Amino acid sequence: MDIKQLTIAQTLQDLRDKKYSSTELTQAYLKRIKQVEPKIHAFITVTEEEALKHAEEAGKKRSKGEELPLLGIPIALKDLYVTQGIKTTAASKVLENFIPPYDGTVVQKLKAAGAVIIGKLNSDAWAHGGSGENSDFGPTKNPWNTGYVPGGSSSGSGASVAADMTLVAMGTDTGGSVRLPASFCNVVGLKPTYGRVSRYGIISMASSLDTVGHLTKTVEDNALVLNITAGHDEHDATTPPVPVKNYTKNLYKGVQGMKIGIPKEYFSEGIDPEIKTLIENALKILEKQGAELVTLSLPHTKYANPAYYIIMPAEVSSNLARYDGIRFGHDRSQFGEEAKRRIMLGTYALSSGYYDAYYKKAMEVRTLIKNDFDKALENVDVIIAPVSPTPPWKLGAKVNDPLAMYLMDIFTITANLVGVPGLSIPIGFVDGLPVGMQIFGPHFSEDVLYQVGHTYEQENPLYQKKPNL
Amino acid sequence: MTKYTPIIGLEVHVELKTNSKMFCSCSADYFGKEPNSHTCPVCLGLPGALPVPNKTAIDWCIKISLALNCKINEFSKFDRKNYFYPDLAKGYQISQYDLPFGYDGYIELSNGKRIGITRVHMEEDTGKLSHQELHGGKVSLIDFNRSGVPLVEIVTEPHFHDALEVKEYLQKLQQIVRYLDVSNADMDKGEMRLEPNISLSKLSNFNPATDGKISLEKLPKYKVEVKNINSFKFVEKAVNFEIKRQEEILESSKLPAQETRGWDENRQKTFSQRSKEDAHDYRYFPEPDIPPIITTKKQISTLLESVPELADKKAARFEQDFSLNSYDAEILTREKSLADFFEEAVKKNQESGIRNQGNIDPKTIANFIINKKINISQITPTSLISQIASSKQIATIDEKELTKLIEDVIKEQPKAVTDYKNGKEASLMFLLGQVMKKLGKKVDTSIIKDSLQKKLKA
Repeated sequence: MDIKQLTIAQTLQDLRDKKYSSTELTQAYLKRIKQVEPKIHAFITVTEEEALKHAEEAGKKRSKGEELPLLGIPIALKDLYVTQGIKTTAASKVLENFIPPYDGTVVQKLKAAGAVIIGKLNSDAWAHGGSGENSDFGPTKNPWNTGYVPGGSSSGSGASVAADMTLVAMGTDTGGSVRLPASFCNVVGLKPTYGRVSRYGIISMASSLDTVGHLTKTVEDNALVLNITAGHDEHDATTPPVPVKNYTKNLYKGVQGMKIGIPKEYFSEGIDPEIKTLIENALKILEKQGAELVTLSLPHTKYANPAYYIIMPAEVSSNLARYDGIRFGHDRSQFGEEAKRRIMLGTYALSSGYYDAYYKKAMEVRTLIKNDFDKALENVDVIIAPVSPTPPWKLGAKVNDPLAMYLMDIFTITANLVGVPGLSIPIGFVDGLPVGMQIFGPHFSEDVLYQVGHTYEQENPLYQKKPNL
Repeated sequence: MTKYTPIIGLEVHVELKTNSKMFCSCSADYFGKEPNSHTCPVCLGLPGALPVPNKTAIDWCIKISLALNCKINEFSKFDRKNYFYPDLAKGYQISQYDLPFGYDGYIELSNGKRIGITRVHMEEDTGKLSHQELHGGKVSLIDFNRSGVPLVEIVTEPHFHDALEVKEYLQKLQQIVRYLDVSNADMDKGEMRLEPNISLSKLSNFNPATDGKISLEKLPKYKVEVKNINSFKFVEKAVNFEIKRQEEILESSKLPAQETRGWDENRQKTFSQRSKEDAHDYRYFPEPDIPPIITTKKQISTLLESVPELADKKAARFEQDFSLNSYDAEILTREKSLADFFEEAVKKNQESGIRNQGNIDPKTIANFIINKKINISQITPTSLISQIASSKQIATIDEKELTKLIEDVIKEQPKAVTDYKNGKEASLMFLLGQVMKKLGKKVDTSIIKDSLQKKLKA
């Protein structure tokens, strides 16, 4: 088997056809991890033993004729996913030795669907960052050029899929943390609608912005995983009982007659001209497939970044309060620079006398941005925008300039403030480094995003391109 | 008396007796249980755990609000109150800040004065610290069984002017939550915790009886809060102690410090716990893990319908419908179970009355329950009625005989009669004994006593 060529759909077919067993498959992935991990550092923990055990169980189930949606599929989890009996660090020294007593909802669902967890992935500590460099366990490298960042915070997630160390990597997206690494690593990344996927058992960053997404090689693979993870959860009060769609159903419907909105604010200043050209080319492909392009305005976009950098640290400062070292983990002295920075910013923004000027004002801005999107999405089916204003940057290039790093979120954070879903798909390369674009739609329109993304992917199957490792 | 008027407000925490905790499915029945046996990732504040609000607790909080004549916020929400303490698992308490479930209500005291209720809100309890010696070293142990147990906080306006008003309010509040059957409000178990805030105002021409409410600008410039008192008696003592202490400070031309104090029962005094400088900035903000709570008018009216007739109304009705005096009515309605028992007995009596034509006066039933200190857990209303009926039967049959016997005794014992009329109560018992002796039967003495008193007054 050539694991570089595998997709979930293909692998399931091969397993059914007994081309290889789930144990052989898992062994192949573990071998690949051993081979490329020293160069990439995508993992914090590789769960070899458990993975082989679960692969064997999956094989037994299959031989008994049991068919589960992800039976035997290797999957890796960002280390913010709480896993029973498996060390969960949030890539922070504070939780260096923390072994949780429970599985989160999504982990339970993935296990129940037959997935084989092969490891826990590196990321920026507490998901704070856009490059992966804030990990307390060392940065992950971009498989396309190991001198460059893979995007973050789900850095290990993007890199592990791009380097074929797993078929699926689960991530979290609070301000672009799934979409940015997807874009930087030439993989498909979904930030689902806020509340579509349960956050129970995912270490919280900023609760009103956090979403639980995943990265895959193809759009179809991505839809297959959302089929498992989506849904109301009685343990997460922010998951409404909206019926779960079959996300693979409309993949081949095309975009004929669809209206695609192009927000002018996302293509003006600051965007790398080569990225702009790549998106324009991608839009031409969709236009050729029958979509109608509509230029529109999201006028409050420029306020998104300041609002985000008030709301997010405010919630972070509160969410990190439980890490006091009393019941588990190390004490607060182990927090890294970025976590401390956000705790201080957030504490300040919520302090008596400043609340109205900062947090409250930011929430008002958030409403305005939401109104922008609601209004725009009345007239179009989806909105297409760049993911990042620049291609991946060199490791270390921005570590001493937190503000420059924060500005890289400018195109992704709006979806988190508004709660709409966003899908990042690969559209090309700049100097050998991947570039993606994102597709937004109304709340709970993931199926439509997949439909558009898949249509494009059929015309330009970039997932077939592989990094040299 | 004094030139200062005490200005007192109250914060009361009431623990609800829901089956499960406020934000997880752990049992809320923690009292006396093995430490940390009623815990889960949510109430331990483990990474990744999320709160899901307990619907019953919210309904009960709204019921309490309605019983306290509050308005209800149809759009409400939870907020985070951020502070650090080892017994607070998440580093914040989920509480309510600007949109409590209930607001602007009142409790009416027996003198007709209304104590304004500012707000009624829902929050969660903390774990419990115990400081012990273990293996020769001093340690602090934390039991999280109580962590996340639903708490309702009821805050009053500063409408009290003395400790007795405070005490009556607290008794009424305790009675109301017990009537609603939402809390046992057992002080010993910490199910009801009291925090009076006390200051003294130098108000001229202020009449506490008529000027129940004072405007905010007239409030003193300081406030002393006494924390976590667990008995009505202690609260009375603490309030009186504070009034005296603050008066002395004011008399020496100083201003009492704005601070939080505790009550030391052994030393019978309050002591300083935390000064204004140490006051927390709780950094409240809307709890992002829980969407706003919408309560429709229809839901509110359904909850209002589920609020039972409360003690004051019930007592008034008992007086009206059953011709009870206010004292008896008050005793019978102190606990809802006793009031229900009484009414059931009256009903059973009416039913049997139709069959047996031997109707018993509700007042007789009330007297029987009160005088005989009937234990309602050991008798049914029906058997109570037959008990009364059998004792009454003797009296009814022998009514003429009884009258004659009483008249005989009054003639035979002129000294005792004179003594009684001169105010010697004991003589009544003597005369009663004489009647009993002549009667030679076991009868309900209260009936003889009533007749004897009537005759003596005539």
